Amino acid sequence: MVAAAARPRFAYVPPPEIDDDTVRRVPVVIVGAGPVGLTAAAEFAILGREAVLLDDGDTVSVGSRAICWAKRTLEIFDRIGVADRIADKGVVWNRGRLFHGDREVYAFDLLPEPGHRRPAFVNLQQYHIEDILLERVAELGLTDIRWRNRVTGVEPLPDGAARLTVETPDGVYRLDADCVLAADGVRSTVRRAMELDFKGRVFEDRFLIADVIMKAGFPSERWFWFDPPFHSGRSVLLHRQADDVFRIDFQLPSTADPDEERKPENVLPRLRQMLGPDVDFALEWVSVYSFTCRRMERFRHGRVFFVGDSAHVVSPFGARGGNGGIQDVDALCWKLDLVLSGSAPERLLESYDDERIPAAEENIVNSTRSTDFMTPKSAVSEDFRAAALELAARFPFARRMVNSGRLSLPHVYRATPLSTPDADAWDGGPEPGAAAVDAPVRDRDGAAWLLGRTGRRFTLLWFADEAGRGPLPALPEALRPRVELVTIARRGSPDASTVVDSDGTAFRRWSAADGTAYLLRPDQHVAARWRRPSIGDVALAMERAIGRTTPEAGPPIAGG
Amino acid sequence: MADLVTEPNLPDPDGFYERLIASHQGLDDAASRRMNARLVLLLANHIGDPEVLGQALAIARDGFAETATRTP
Repeated sequence: MVAAAARPRFAYVPPPEIDDDTVRRVPVVIVGAGPVGLTAAAEFAILGREAVLLDDGDTVSVGSRAICWAKRTLEIFDRIGVADRIADKGVVWNRGRLFHGDREVYAFDLLPEPGHRRPAFVNLQQYHIEDILLERVAELGLTDIRWRNRVTGVEPLPDGAARLTVETPDGVYRLDADCVLAADGVRSTVRRAMELDFKGRVFEDRFLIADVIMKAGFPSERWFWFDPPFHSGRSVLLHRQADDVFRIDFQLPSTADPDEERKPENVLPRLRQMLGPDVDFALEWVSVYSFTCRRMERFRHGRVFFVGDSAHVVSPFGARGGNGGIQDVDALCWKLDLVLSGSAPERLLESYDDERIPAAEENIVNSTRSTDFMTPKSAVSEDFRAAALELAARFPFARRMVNSGRLSLPHVYRATPLSTPDADAWDGGPEPGAAAVDAPVRDRDGAAWLLGRTGRRFTLLWFADEAGRGPLPALPEALRPRVELVTIARRGSPDASTVVDSDGTAFRRWSAADGTAYLLRPDQHVAARWRRPSIGDVALAMERAIGRTTPEAGPPIAGG
Repeated sequence: MADLVTEPNLPDPDGFYERLIASHQGLDDAASRRMNARLVLLLANHIGDPEVLGQALAIARDGFAETATRTP
């Protein structure tokens, strides 16, 4: 409320197409300038590609909304150059504490090992994330952002592209796009214009979210209460955000009236009871929502791609909404870039569904289980929950059953056609389809991070005992310019393409020995790995990873 | 002599918990109690070891007031 009113409005500029009878055609249109759409704009810009970004509003998010940004998302934010700004502004946390009644049941550390650039989570209000992404997109200078441009129609064109109808304060215009990313949220106008399904489960329970400004002495941790004395019989979640803003979620009875519950005269007594008589606080934003877990049957419809909440929506416990959407973009943009430039066949785009539908399913399953645990539907499920909570105080096994949200981890693309299955024996390391794992290394400038050497293009990570020599000297010549070779050496000196793993962390996390190689996609997911590959192995895996499973069949089919 | 396992031992605790709750769906409270009783007997027979079962009984019983057992 207070914060929303203070946010600046972005200027609407009449689009040049308004007075033009010819319809302009552009390669990429993104609909929706939320965190997902803005990340897509930045990702395309990093890949050197322009985009038109249409948004029906003219401000950043109202209210804090998505606040927990998971490690994998932060790594993606690193790739587009915003993670430092987000980490500096946000609240870093790794620790969660769980309470039942008036006592603490247990605490947990989400990132127990050191040697990762990014923590398990950074909490930062969605409006700050959007501000930072907008600043970055402006720096990169390749995005044409159009505020108060509302998409009302989407028609397929005969060549597979889409014609958009866009409404502005000055009237309607049309815009043709080789591809459209619908990042326009749970009430997606693109999805409605195309009359596509959005099915799933709606939970009856309601939650009250309050953003509260206070200088209280809560640490930077996630606190979750089952049945606390100040909110008997229900659950409460407390998160710290930037600028001394705290997010508090109260579970409400399913009979609660949302309009009544969000009135300050009803919110304030709840907060007072929770925080005690001595804490000074002010209410920044209040919202009441009910849980839904829904998704589209398919996320790709020709050249229209649904990303984020437009494609799938989950209940908020577990931070799977914002993070899931950012990871959609992560999986999609590099593919579109290759296909639009004619470097990969159209079928590469089909893998978006192969990869992101199972990811959405995983998020929905986890979110549904958490919701069911938090809101027992029968006496027996209440009994089991009480038993799990009682036993969890003393016994580790029961802690694994208590479910206050299973926190977001990157999905492993096990079903993707782009991966080359393992032919060698492995006892660890990221499997094909998994996201790369970070490790501290040394490069020519000193301390660095392994993940910083990957992404945006294909990378061959090649592990060697000694810098400067190894079994595949011809590889960079053979596959350049499509693959960048990065050698990780146990010993020796770093150079332009070699980093040194002084303490063995990278070798250990990647289950590597002298000669081990991993092929990473531009989104830093593993495409293939070998104990000692030939140049031919790597070339075949590359073909497969860009959707050309039979490389001998000839030149790539141009997209379009 | 075997000890009761209290470290995590289920490969997919969330999946098991979901199945457990789902298996009670459509039962009234009395039927659910009976189903749980059957489940305890089945699992006890599977475990077999009286030492392990004794430890489990003691932990499960711990913390209840005496009167709670006399509720009809």
